[in-house]
Amino acid sequence: MLQVNALGDACPIPVVKTKNAIKELNGSGQVCVLVDNEIAVQNLTKMANQKGYGVKSEKLEDRKYQVLLTVGAAAEESEAVEVPELCIPDSRKNKVVVISSDKMGSGDDVLGALLMKGFIFALTQQDELPKTILLYNGGAKLTCEDSPALEDFKSLEAQGVEILTCGTCLNHYGLTEKLQVGSVTNMYVITEKMLQASAVIRP
Amino acid sequence: MSEQEKIVFCKGGCTAKLGAGILSHILEKLPKGPADPALLVGYDSKDDAAVYKVADDLAVVQTLDFFPPMVDDPYIFGQIAAANALSDIYAMGGEVRTALNIVCFPEAMDLNILGEIMRGGADKVMEAGGTLAGGHSIADSDVKYGLSVMGLIDPRRIYTNNSGQPGDKLILTKKLGVGIICTANRVGEASAEAMAEAIASMTKLNKYAAEILRKYTVHACTDVTGFSFLGHLHEMMDGRLSCLVQSGQVPVIEAALAYADEFLLTAAAQRNRNHTEKFVQFENIPFAMEEVLFDPQTSGGLLAAVAPECAEAALQELRQAGMPAAIVGEIVEQREKEIYVL
Repeated sequence: MLQVNALGDACPIPVVKTKNAIKELNGSGQVCVLVDNEIAVQNLTKMANQKGYGVKSEKLEDRKYQVLLTVGAAAEESEAVEVPELCIPDSRKNKVVVISSDKMGSGDDVLGALLMKGFIFALTQQDELPKTILLYNGGAKLTCEDSPALEDFKSLEAQGVEILTCGTCLNHYGLTEKLQVGSVTNMYVITEKMLQASAVIRP
Repeated sequence: MSEQEKIVFCKGGCTAKLGAGILSHILEKLPKGPADPALLVGYDSKDDAAVYKVADDLAVVQTLDFFPPMVDDPYIFGQIAAANALSDIYAMGGEVRTALNIVCFPEAMDLNILGEIMRGGADKVMEAGGTLAGGHSIADSDVKYGLSVMGLIDPRRIYTNNSGQPGDKLILTKKLGVGIICTANRVGEASAEAMAEAIASMTKLNKYAAEILRKYTVHACTDVTGFSFLGHLHEMMDGRLSCLVQSGQVPVIEAALAYADEFLLTAAAQRNRNHTEKFVQFENIPFAMEEVLFDPQTSGGLLAAVAPECAEAALQELRQAGMPAAIVGEIVEQREKEIYVL
């Protein structure tokens, strides 16, 4: 695996350095890129998606993000590997955000929906991100078509946050085909994630 | 030009603009004070400049703009920065009267470079028919230059950017893609021809387009700058209109598409995408064209909503004056999405 250090580099330098590293791979292999801002992560992800490379990214610490690109035959192999090899140990704390309704707080539902949208946007702006977001019951609507928070969830996912929506709940609301971000999960995983969390945050 | 006379440039032009998302958070929280009825356009609207009425038929237009270099020739940088700052006056429908220099310059750097930058600015202010009346300079670690500009306008003839009407044709007066080309140039991947075309576009005053548009019924106008074509179009839709953009009609500097396919993309373009994407529906648009539509423009063209009955005539006159103008779309009644790119 090739390492690219693009900390302190403004766009498009991280992409240019990464493209040069990918050339050295001669068609197959992995490149691990370090950058210091989320926009660079998004630009690298955009390139990977256009080129059909595998891409995983996560925030390691404040002003340090890691993007792992997998090129060629290695792209299929890496799909099988549950946890990609990290260039640097993951220093992020294991915080889990649980969203069980599409509204925040009780009282007025219109206000509640606005507050929830605001909460998810505010999450995208935090220096320390949660590791996982679990969505169940009414919360499951937020990761589906027509949700006002889709872009923010996509931004969180691009920053490496795992987004899991309860499959039973999607089914119940007839939203199974409408999930737009993250993946489907079940009660075992939901329970496990909550038990293993260093903190569970409920808006 | 010797190596010594080049300016160090790194993150220049409107690509250096703060994202619209971050900014609106802060602006919303600023204390406003009592409303002054003479302030016709302020930052409550997302317009390009402030307009203050001093008599029934006279208002002052006030604006400022400055940024770090995006080209290495100081004289050209001065011209571009000035053309970009002056453009806000033209986007409101005003005439330039006075300008003040805004300068940040490292103390240790050759002052002849600053002289060249300011000569470029002064030439453009003169071309605009205005007077350079002073300025302010600060010692700073990086070069930045721009102008504060004052213009005059008839308050009954202000072009705001959000007063378009369904049926209006959208006319764009310059090609898109200068942000991507300057970015490619920064990493040594832009061709001399592409860079020359971008520079010619960025140094061109919007004065000439504004003078022609003034003869026709223009309902709304803005200049396309850092927030990109789609970003400024989004402001023009104002949450109450939609529009259909014919991507094949949008004038683009060809090379920009090739550089976008090489992913020579700015951070600012991605910020524009993050902020504006949710209002836009792309119908089978190639990746490179999407990027050009989100590309931050330095000293970009005017984007005008022109009454349908005179749009074709206005376009012909702009073309005859040598501008690469085009009718790029039309405004329609509000639909589900704000902007449809076809």
